[in-house]
Amino acid sequence: MTTATLEARLGNGWKKPPFIPNPALRWSLFIGGLIYLVLAISSIDVNWTRVAEGLSRGWAFVTAFFNPDFVSRGGDIWDGILESIIITITSTVVGIALSVPIGLGAARNIAPLPVYLVCRAIVALSRALNEIIVAILLVAIFGFGPLAGFLTLSFATIGFMSKLLAEDIEEMSKAQAEAIRATGSSWLQWINYGVQPQVMPRLIGLSMYRLDINFRESAVLGLVGAGGIGATLNTAFDRYEFDTAAAILLIIIVTVMALEYLSGIIRAKVQ
Amino acid sequence: MPVSTSPDGAKIWQLRTRNQTLTRWAAYLVAVAIFMWCWQRISEATTWFFVWDAPRIAADIGGRAWPPRWSYMDNLWGPLWDTLNMATLGTLLALVMAVPIAFLAARNTTPSALFIRPVALFIIVATRSINSLIWALLLVAIVGPGVFAGLMAIALRSIGFCAKLLYEAIEEIDEKQVEAITATGASRWQVMAFGIVPQVMPAFAGISVFRWDINIRESTVLGLVGAGGIGLQLQSSLNTLAWPQVTLILIVILAAVLVGEWVSAKVRGAII
Amino acid sequence: MLELKKLTKTYRTGDRALHEVDLIVPNGQVMALIGPSGAGKSTLIRCINRLVEPTSGSVILDGTDITALGSTGLRKMRRKMGMIFQEYALVERLTVMENVLSGRLGYVGFWRSFLRKFPQSDVDEAFRLLDRVGLLAMADKRADELSGGQRQRVGIARALIQNPRLLLVDEPTASLDPKTSRQIMRLICELCAERDLAAVINIHDVALAQMFVERIVGLKAGELAFDGKPTEMGEDVLTRIYGEEDWQATIRKVDEEEVEAEVAAQ
Repeated sequence: MTTATLEARLGNGWKKPPFIPNPALRWSLFIGGLIYLVLAISSIDVNWTRVAEGLSRGWAFVTAFFNPDFVSRGGDIWDGILESIIITITSTVVGIALSVPIGLGAARNIAPLPVYLVCRAIVALSRALNEIIVAILLVAIFGFGPLAGFLTLSFATIGFMSKLLAEDIEEMSKAQAEAIRATGSSWLQWINYGVQPQVMPRLIGLSMYRLDINFRESAVLGLVGAGGIGATLNTAFDRYEFDTAAAILLIIIVTVMALEYLSGIIRAKVQ
Repeated sequence: MPVSTSPDGAKIWQLRTRNQTLTRWAAYLVAVAIFMWCWQRISEATTWFFVWDAPRIAADIGGRAWPPRWSYMDNLWGPLWDTLNMATLGTLLALVMAVPIAFLAARNTTPSALFIRPVALFIIVATRSINSLIWALLLVAIVGPGVFAGLMAIALRSIGFCAKLLYEAIEEIDEKQVEAITATGASRWQVMAFGIVPQVMPAFAGISVFRWDINIRESTVLGLVGAGGIGLQLQSSLNTLAWPQVTLILIVILAAVLVGEWVSAKVRGAII
Repeated sequence: MLELKKLTKTYRTGDRALHEVDLIVPNGQVMALIGPSGAGKSTLIRCINRLVEPTSGSVILDGTDITALGSTGLRKMRRKMGMIFQEYALVERLTVMENVLSGRLGYVGFWRSFLRKFPQSDVDEAFRLLDRVGLLAMADKRADELSGGQRQRVGIARALIQNPRLLLVDEPTASLDPKTSRQIMRLICELCAERDLAAVINIHDVALAQMFVERIVGLKAGELAFDGKPTEMGEDVLTRIYGEEDWQATIRKVDEEEVEAEVAAQ
């Protein structure tokens, strides 16, 4: 901080120090990224005449949104939505019921190592497999219908909830849990008094969030024959009945909004 | 009062009053009834003969699906490249659109809380509630099958997701830093660039990588509805009941997902 | 010269933060503003550069009525008023140099500032100021790597690079330890003397204020309760501003200083 350094600095320009200090790495990342972008964009062949043709159809869809048709396929829509809701409720309940023990098992601070490894393996498998792929396999095995959808979403719920629950338990306050243990409680009592009160509010919040996700997912399961509104939607698109499709999408959006609103209220209550 | 008195005058401690207890039991009863009704509906819609037969079918499919047909791999490199592009370009496109929407939706940066904010919020909810597979279905109907439809589907689905997380980050910034920049006489845009953007940059980077990771997963299945990528091969293999190919494709998808997760974890670690 | 005329601020909640405050701060005067929490000190400072919009009354700096300006005129006037904040309010993810240069934002266009292409004279001035506050070596560090005292020095440099006529200082020492507090107050007062700057300093620490400033104004429930020299501050004044309490310990330091000053004078 001598005047010499000030003198050396004065009159010289100033540049913001770059985010990646090593210039070789910086430039190779930049050029690599650029090359990738050029290659990627050039490998997409867009059939512009087809797109231009489609634009009118796109516009038809947009206008359909302002004039949705709930009536002419009202029966199908109602059955589909009802089935979606049924799948959502059952899979959320069963998924959460199963994910509590698995979540407890996947928390390193309360589970013995073998249990931990098994539970973590289940979680990893469930998270790695896309819902749609699971649904395809389950439809192949169990046949068409909502049962496959229910099983798919239950399985997906287990991966999601167990992981977050386990992380929550691993981050809980040790002091509270220790205090309960110090009273001479049994393992179940310890979980009930030392662990459960700490993770319960978040568990309820996450359950509401998962209910929301399951509803959105149940809307696509029908595409592969696993029940729900997806089948009706698929048919509507296939027949270019955009007004019916718009009606279904609007129902989905409104339901999701309602669920989000509800979960906001419930989360505020349990906090 | 959670404390009641027994006939002999001793006080009995209870966690809840009698009314609370009754309400709770009623709520449980209703919940169980709803669940049982739902389960009955599923049961009615299910052909139980197939379900009892499921172990045999599963074993049968498993037997036919193994070993995977490794030679089919040559046909998968192209679709895999398409899948990567749909995820990456889709994410980039989504971010370009999500940033302005997030600024319009955040309470502290929106130009008009009365008119513009609700519109921005509606765009966020609408794009977020609709699964990318449905977007793909729609776009295939509009622009025809191919990678382009898949890319647009990924982009549209991601707008709401990215914009929601980003606008929450914008609402959580430290207002004092913004105030300090305003006090220097900076213009509205300068306050944005110097006071707000640096504060949300880490969140932005995290969200981008997070969404890219999710998009890798989602773009693997978009082909099922004709939107390009490895899902197309999956669809055609399933249609021809070529189970060894299906096995190989599933392995490749799993590998792609794991690699994507690994890359995003690395990048996130480097940024934050 | 800064002049406040019947400055009043009533918040939308109905809280009356300021009530018809009249105040004149001549050029080059360093003035401390004391008073209990909620007396309106922060509001008063923020009404001067209109970070808080006054309800009525006017603020006149060097003949210009700030309260009557449109947004462009307000930005021009804000350049003339440097502000220093309680918790430094540096943009933490920008470098020290960017934080200092952000004081020039009112003078450069958007794209120049966005691309960090500030004029060479600004860059030189930023280096000079960083050298003056003893942080030249830290120029390229990120602001969140600095200690509290260092951050406040950067905050001071950011205010000074605006080349202001007036410094608005909001609780500069509230989050600093006693020694650093004194250093920061000394630095602010020295710089004001060097540049012939007027300053309005909000401060909780009465003893610290008495040590450094030439004039003290007391604010109570949005109205002026005291205006005078630090030496005129006594127990009665403090009781008037803050309420009944044993004030001996608070003003003792001043007596020592006075004695020292008298000794020095003799």
